This record gives sequence, structure tokens and C-alpha cells, in this order.
Amino acid sequence: MSSLFKGVRPYGEDPVDIRVEGEVITEIGTGLEPGEAQVYERDGLVALPGFVDLHTHLREPGREDTETIESGSAAAALGGYTAVFAMANTDPVADNDLVVEHVHRRGQAVGLVDVQPIGAVTVGLRGERLAELGAMARSSAGVRVFSDDGHCVADPLVMRRALEYSKGLGAVIAQHAEEPRLTVGAQAHEGANAARLGLAGWPAAAEEVILARDCLLAGQLGARLHACHVTTEGGADVLRWAKARGVEVSGEVTPHHLLLTDERLAGYDPVNKVNPPLREGSDVRALREALAEGVLDCVATDHAPHAVQDKDCEWSGARPGMLGLQTALSVVVETMVRTGLLDWRGVARVMSERPAEIGGLAGHGRPIAVGEPANLVLLDESAEWTVRASELASIAHNSPYDGMRLPGTVVTTVLRGTVTADEGKLA
Amino acid sequence: MTHLLSAEHLGRDDAVAILDTAEELKRTLLHREVRKLPTLRGRTVVTMFYENSTRTRVSFEIAGKWMSADVINVSASGSSVSKGESLRDTAATLAAAGADCVIVRHPASGAPQRIAGWLDGVSVINAGDGMHEHPTQALLDAATLRERLGGLEGRRVLIVGDVLHSRVARSNVHLLRTLGAEVTLVAPPTMLPDGMDRWLDEAEVPVSYDLDAELPGTDAVMMLRVQAERLGGGGDSSAGFFPSTREYSISYGLSEARARLLPEHAVILHPGPMLRGMEIASSVADAQNSVITEQVRNGVHVRMAVLYHLLASEETK
Repeated sequence: MSSLFKGVRPYGEDPVDIRVEGEVITEIGTGLEPGEAQVYERDGLVALPGFVDLHTHLREPGREDTETIESGSAAAALGGYTAVFAMANTDPVADNDLVVEHVHRRGQAVGLVDVQPIGAVTVGLRGERLAELGAMARSSAGVRVFSDDGHCVADPLVMRRALEYSKGLGAVIAQHAEEPRLTVGAQAHEGANAARLGLAGWPAAAEEVILARDCLLAGQLGARLHACHVTTEGGADVLRWAKARGVEVSGEVTPHHLLLTDERLAGYDPVNKVNPPLREGSDVRALREALAEGVLDCVATDHAPHAVQDKDCEWSGARPGMLGLQTALSVVVETMVRTGLLDWRGVARVMSERPAEIGGLAGHGRPIAVGEPANLVLLDESAEWTVRASELASIAHNSPYDGMRLPGTVVTTVLRGTVTADEGKLA
Repeated sequence: MTHLLSAEHLGRDDAVAILDTAEELKRTLLHREVRKLPTLRGRTVVTMFYENSTRTRVSFEIAGKWMSADVINVSASGSSVSKGESLRDTAATLAAAGADCVIVRHPASGAPQRIAGWLDGVSVINAGDGMHEHPTQALLDAATLRERLGGLEGRRVLIVGDVLHSRVARSNVHLLRTLGAEVTLVAPPTMLPDGMDRWLDEAEVPVSYDLDAELPGTDAVMMLRVQAERLGGGGDSSAGFFPSTREYSISYGLSEARARLLPEHAVILHPGPMLRGMEIASSVADAQNSVITEQVRNGVHVRMAVLYHLLASEETK
């Protein structure tokens, strides 16, 4: 099977034709002859390596009423992703080889995107004793990222052991940085808006103290640390400082923390409730700069589907989290490309290359070059669209961007030579 | 006006209209034997209380009944709420059953706002939501101050205590300033929200940690209730906001000695329920310049006025 993508611009540069045969890019040039290939006229579209999401909640097993590996894979493919890392906080928790192998196999069976399971750091996400990280690493799922996301590995000794132990597996610990004693009952970013609205505060320092602690631990132990969803100016400063000291730390930022602020909380609509919470304008600016600078390595969605009844209620009763897979590119275009902070090489770096490297996912985040795996996304940078939450592929509809007009659309997604999504529909 | 959800968003004209109506109702009913007006006959008012509060619920209930509305009380226990029904379903059920107005007390900040967004053609009154607002409390406080001080313009009001957790404080900060008063907050730093300085302009709402320094030269002092569980020495694992009740009382309690620092004309308010001997000395609560009982009395008239402005048809107005 072969395909010819005509007139695309790799990294937004000069237009070329890209020939894909089997799973590999076999020819790049101008005026290529179609021969047997299926031809895709894609004049002027930007071609990037397929996106990789380090932080996705697929909800299967456990909450198939909100998302399944199938529906989440569809959302991912439509959002330009060729690989997603599935978070461990399912029910049962992915804290053993059986669950991670199941998730991995289901992902392969669906086949729209590579579903790479993340294993829990501790048994049951309880933060008390290490899960069998080795068994998960050696399983057919080949787990290389461990995280208790949703919960912080708060006990410093448990975190130390996890960092130390993961060195022997070539793995990384992805920390949800939230000092639990500083966030008891927390409902919103601690600041002027929480004060006005009477919502218990989630202080920026609760994130920053854990990041600082873990950077120091990782530095001393020579272990690898990944910071999930960095949300504060101070958090970005901690990572900048740690990287300057040579600590092997990476960090991600979510699309919503690049675009939205706690100003949105005024109506108490829990669609805006997320953990860590939406922060302030000064944080948003600092996060954008840190991403442009490389202090933050990548954009990760923290795609978190929730059922209507878990959002259509009073603020404090609602679950935190937002959909993100199908809107991530547009938010990055809005916040990073249109502002001149990133060029398309930069977008490829933060949405594909770095997340694949951090997660140890060979075959993704590769250059667009002959001989490389054909994992591609073709996007229209000039198109705009209005987000309709109910039309997204996820089962749940909790998108904070509902009704918002955003720039940049994914036109075609290619996973190892196979078109998975094309013109807004699954192929 | 369709709803009364917050004092922050209550305009000066609406606030003054409610207070004027309350004053008029009070005057009208004062010497009457039968204190019932026909104004809201045939209208149905439901109180939805997700927190125990005898005083507020009873005040609303009496207000509704004196306006001849049919008042139905729904409490969180003993209804479908305790069976886990969602707030939205409960609200929709009450609306479908014919409520013209729901009066909501809820531990979650913003719950009445949510209900107002869900229901069509039903007025929602916030009777206290979490740590957010309690607008009718602020209105009855304003009514009491207006009555006793002859007006609010330029008057200096101290709000003392647990501002962080207090919906009474939040509502009063907004309403009293809307009506022209100067508000100063007095609290230990642990009981003020972080981000205070960006929420309220320090120049407009000064903050003080020193009650003694603020009492002379004030026209009114409003003591907030301090919940014992917020203070140290409790059995739970959360760190206290204050070392002990004793230290709180010494630093921020309105003792007899402190009350003497007030100018002669100044009045003392408390939203209740009071912890006598803790945030306020018993003798101070019962003193001549204490208006605490008057607050309760005015509460009924203010709530009658709110119901009138939200529910009375144009013909009956």
C-alpha cells in the first residue's frame, strides 16, 4: 500500500510531495509521479511528525461511560496524534502488568493511535508502597513512564525510592506536584478570584515545593523526573533552575493552562474546574515563555473526560478535568504560533519529538525524512473552526472551549503509513 | 430583579429600593395585631436548606408567610437529597412542582448561581452559599445600620474575625461600600484570604490586625462568628487558623474593656449565632449599643422586601 501526499510543507517550509510505502517514508521531492499510490492533494498544508500526548486519561477500564480506548483513540487521531500515553488512574488501577498489558492490547486492536500505558508508581495510587514497576516495564506493554497522576507521590521517602528504582528500568517518574497538606479541600487557584468567589485556595506554592523537592532528589540520585502539568510561574522557574544545575528533569504544560485563566470561574461552571487549577494571566505568560524557551519540554493534554452528572452540579461537587485531544493543536496555534513564540519546528518539538523522547517511544517524534516511520499530521494553519463539545469524538463533552472560535485544523493523520483521520472524519 | 444571588452584583438603586421597602413594611406592621399582607397570595416559595440554619430559614419562612405566600421548607435530610439526588434534579423538581421562588442555603460556594442558570422563570435567593455570600444578611445589617446611624454614607464600619470563611463578611464588604460606607477588615492574617490585596483595593478596604487601634473612631463594629473547629486544639489533623480560643478571645474578642473604646454613638452587630465569651463578651452582646436583636427583627422585613421586589406582580406593586 502506498500513498502520495502532494504539496505539503514539512515544518511549514517549502512545499514537497511525500511518498509513503508500507509504514515508511520512501521519497520526498517535487512533482513525484503517483504510480500506484493513492494521491492526497494537500497543497500548502503544514506537515509535522504525528503528535504524541504524554498525558491522556482514557478511562478504560472503569469509566467506559465517559471514554473508552476506542473513543479516546478516535479523538486522538482526529486531533493529529499518533501516540498517547494512557494514565494509570483507571479502575482497576494500572499498577500491575495485567492491566497495562490489557490497555496496550486494546489500543493495538483499535489501531487508530499507539496507546502506551503509564504504570502507577504506588499500589492503588495510595502513595504508600511501590507498585511492581519492574513487572510492568518487562511486560509486553513495555512501560517506561510511571505516574500516580491525580495524586501526588507526597511522601518524600516513597518518591526517593521510586526515582532510584526507576533508574534500573530506564524509566521516568512523572509527578503530579501537589503538596496534599497545602491543598486540603482546595477548589481554585488561591488568589484574588478565589477570595472573591469564596472558594478554598490551591496555592501555587503547593506545586512549587514538590517540584523543588523532587528536582533536588532527582539531582542527587541521578534519576529522571518528569513534571506533569506545570501551571505556575514559580514552577517554571524551579525547572529552569534545576535544568541549569544539570538535573534530568522535563516538564509539560497543558493547552488549557496556556490559554485559560481563573477569570473563567466567575459563573461557577465546573467545566472550568481542573486540577491543578486554572491560574492567573501572569502564570499563563510565564508558561508560554518557558515552553518557547525549552524550560518546559512539551505540551500534554491532560485529556480528562467526565460524565455530565459529574460536571453539571455545584462547583465543589464536580470532578476536575477537561477534554483536550481534539483542541490541543488549535490552542497551541492560538497561544504559541500566532504570538510568534514558536515556529513549526518548535511545534514539532513540543508536541511530538520531546514527548516521544521523554516517554521512550521509538518510532514516534521522528524527523520527516526518507527511511523514517510515516507518522504524520497535516494541518491547515489558516483555517478556523468553532468548537462544538457535543461533536467531539469523546463520549464525554466537558470541553471548556465549547463555542470558542480557534485557529488551525488537523486535516490528515497518518499512523505508520495508514491514514487514521482525514478531513475531520476517521478514515 | 429576577434573582438575589450576591451583594457584589446588587446595584445601589436596587439595594436602596429593598431597604426603603423594608423600612416601610416595618412601619406598616409595627402596631398591627395581624401582621399579614396579601401581596404574595398565591405565590409559592420553597426554602432549600442544605445546611442547618434555624434562624435564617425561620426568618425567610416568616417573611413569606407575612406576605401571604405559600412557604414550603425542604431540608437536605428527610428528602430525596439525602438519597443522593443531584442539586439540579432537586431544583428542577421543585420548579416543576410550581415553585415561584427558591431560597437556597448550600455549603458549596456558587450553588445558587448554578440553580439560577438551570431554572427558567423561577427566582432564586441566595440564603448563604459556602464561603461566598449571604446577601440578605448584608441587607439586614445595612437596614439596621441605616436605622441606628441615620444613614451609611461616610460611616466607618469594622468587620472583625474570620473573614476568610465568612460569607457574611464578603456580602457586607460589597453592600456597605455600595451604600457609601467605609469598611475596614480586622482579622488575624490566617483568617484573611491570600490574594486579598488584589481582590479588594487596600486603599478602599483597609486591613488591620489590631482591633484596639481601630475601635475609636468607628461607627459600627460587626463581630463575625468564629467556628471552633477553625481554631487550634481541635481533634482533627488540620492545622488551626489560630492557636487557641483563649488567644483568639484575648486578641480579637469584643470584651467590655474594648467596647469602652468605641465612641458613644457606635453600635455593635453580630450575625449570630454568638459564642458568648468567645468573640463577644456576654455583657457587650446585651448592652445598650448592641443591635443584635434588632438585626433579627429587621431580617424579617428585609426578606419580605426582597420577596416583594422579586415576586410581586406589577399590579400589586
